[in-house]
Amino acid sequence: MRRSKLMSVVAGVGLALTLAACGGDGDGGDSVAEVEETEFDAGTTMARLQEEGSITIGTKFDQPLFGLKAPSGDPEGFDVEMGKLIAAKLGIAPGDIEWVETVSENRETYIEDGRVDLVIATYTINDERKQLVDFAGPYFNAGQMIMVLEGSDVESVEDLEARGGSVCTARGSTPQQNIEENYPGITVEAAAAYGDCLEPLRNNQVDAVTTDNVILSGYVDQNDGEFKLVGDPFTEEPYGIGLKKGDDEFRNFINDVIEESYENGEWEAAWEKTAGTVLDLPEEFPTVDRY
Amino acid sequence: MTSALYDTPGPRARRRILLGSIVGGALIAAALAWVLLTFSRQGLFDANRWDIFSDTVVWEFLGRGLLNTLRAAAVAAVLACLVAAVVAALRLSSSRIVRAIGRVYVEIFRGLPVLLLIFFPTVLWTSVTPFMAAVIGLTVYNSAIIAEILRSGINTLPRGQREAGLAIGLTPLATLRLVELPQAVRIMMPSLVSQVVVLLKDTSLAFIVTYPELLRTMNNLRDYYGSRYIFSVFFVGAAMYIAVNAILSITANRLAKRDNTKTAGRVTSAGTADN
Amino acid sequence: MAVWDAREQLLTGFGITLRLTLVAAVAALVLGTVLGAMRVSPIPPLRWLGTAYVELVRNTPLTLVFFFMVFVAPRLDIILEFRTSAYIALSVYTAAFVCEAVRSGINSVSTGQAEAARAVGMTFGQNLRLVVLPQAMRSVIPTLVNIFVALTKNSSVAAGFFVGELFGLGRTLAIRNPAEGVAMLCGVAVLYLIITIPSGVLAERLERKVAIAR
Repeated sequence: MRRSKLMSVVAGVGLALTLAACGGDGDGGDSVAEVEETEFDAGTTMARLQEEGSITIGTKFDQPLFGLKAPSGDPEGFDVEMGKLIAAKLGIAPGDIEWVETVSENRETYIEDGRVDLVIATYTINDERKQLVDFAGPYFNAGQMIMVLEGSDVESVEDLEARGGSVCTARGSTPQQNIEENYPGITVEAAAAYGDCLEPLRNNQVDAVTTDNVILSGYVDQNDGEFKLVGDPFTEEPYGIGLKKGDDEFRNFINDVIEESYENGEWEAAWEKTAGTVLDLPEEFPTVDRY
Repeated sequence: MTSALYDTPGPRARRRILLGSIVGGALIAAALAWVLLTFSRQGLFDANRWDIFSDTVVWEFLGRGLLNTLRAAAVAAVLACLVAAVVAALRLSSSRIVRAIGRVYVEIFRGLPVLLLIFFPTVLWTSVTPFMAAVIGLTVYNSAIIAEILRSGINTLPRGQREAGLAIGLTPLATLRLVELPQAVRIMMPSLVSQVVVLLKDTSLAFIVTYPELLRTMNNLRDYYGSRYIFSVFFVGAAMYIAVNAILSITANRLAKRDNTKTAGRVTSAGTADN
Repeated sequence: MAVWDAREQLLTGFGITLRLTLVAAVAALVLGTVLGAMRVSPIPPLRWLGTAYVELVRNTPLTLVFFFMVFVAPRLDIILEFRTSAYIALSVYTAAFVCEAVRSGINSVSTGQAEAARAVGMTFGQNLRLVVLPQAMRSVIPTLVNIFVALTKNSSVAAGFFVGELFGLGRTLAIRNPAEGVAMLCGVAVLYLIITIPSGVLAERLERKVAIAR
């Protein structure tokens, strides 16, 4: 008797959870671009995706302004808008895009294994990665910077090194490697994720936080008046769109889409909708590198 | 209440205990008040740190995180029990080599951090999904622990059980499966349930492979709404974890206390030492 | 980079893991024993506090204990070095399990012992300290060794909270050298097993010994 009561409580909790889970999925939101129907040559990746009517795109789920999972379940940000833009040119509606979380360690393998068709995930183009995957773009130029408390008198990364200061960044990340190799005088505190760095900065447990400037800008915006970026970017991070190595037709197509978006205002619209709410519009569009 | 450790208090001792209770209670209350006051002075109870919780979307999001936690835990618990039964059988085999295989499995996997075992599959097969990695890591670790629980349960059974099984013509494996294992499970039920609580708690380690369980959902909320919500999200998430685990623990205690007369062996009420 | 070239980093991580484990083990043993004594004490608020502590901590994932120490405690003006936070988080968590072991040990000491102590006029404190606990500890040593093994494994959680211990360093190495990833993690695994397997065997031996002594 007592047991069946307990079971019904458990069942009730389970039911409530299921109901809660059902209300979640949105339709993927709107794109700044109209969904288009174009003819593609048979056998190309574009034709296949158009045929399937869906595309799988890998992006970050924890980067404010670029790729951040919203409580509705869908990611939001500039990278996500770029993805919707490309999908639209393939005749795929935003709701038919499957978003997969990719993290820095698995972006190449997800592309190589075909788990995703594209990776748009604050993904810096570099030679090492080019050996494994191909890149369209860049569609944005970022750079690594440091973020300090509003009241701090640290002026730049060199200044921080001269003071023997400490910096917080994500464990195993490229920004961590950059600091360790180029600014050995700075102590690195490695967090599980960039978002973990903010409380230690507030509490003066670290002197600065470092990663790409655009991501840091998101934090400055979320916590008005608490943080600021100082100095100049000390790395170049051209963000590209990763795809399977050797698929030149697909790469050319995406490069076309990027260049087209510069001209017809879709890039700007995507920017204004996301990162543009915080950051100024870049003075010039990055030049697409058709290698 | 009486205890073997101290005499039934006389009038003087009762006064002293009363005094101790008042002082002790006051100290605890003061510490609690200090914590709450400091939090409130730091603005942790301000409305602008809690307003997101008026939005049902946030609760649905947390609900999905909890559901993912429960799903990974449930799948891993079932798989771990199945694998554990096989490993326990290996360890009780009459063949020395088979026993050794079982022993190596147990020694290796119960000796490694769950975090490592969850992360390992992603390096081994890059195409593994976060859910699979979490389930594999939790299964491998817990099957080694549960195999040992089952084995010690079987070892507490009187020998007659096994002998009777063999005497009626069952093979050693059939005896194990039909006679010994069902009783061992009953005997060790409390330990098994506490191990499931451990497993449920360990799902939070799947953050390492970005599985969207409850803890990662909490971090996601912090990233989305801004880090000033870190405290409210923490308190709500911690309450959810504690509530679910407490329900499971209470179930475990009920099972432990329930009079168990259907086994030949003695029911042990001790929890597992593993945490 | 091959595993052998990474040996220095791996051994550094191993050293940090060992230190985390040993410091937390001592702290948890002391705290857990005090809590265990509180749970059998004649003063009700102490008993309640002990029970509340154990129930709360046992039902909380270790990750959340770390989360509290690193992100929430600073708001109580408790700002510590990350490694100190890790020591405390591991000790606080493990103490709950030590407490339960000690309590079951106390319960396993025959009542005649405690009654004899009372008969010769010992107070609760003397009774516990001189008669009951020494016998209880003896019977719970195997359990304590198992708790120590669990603590060793649990210390890896510190990697998610700013402490570059064995797992954290090994993971970074695996990420930066994808070709050697499996080998790096195997190296990490071997170093953990160096602590956990001998401890496990020791626990088993002690268990047999205690069983015979009774």
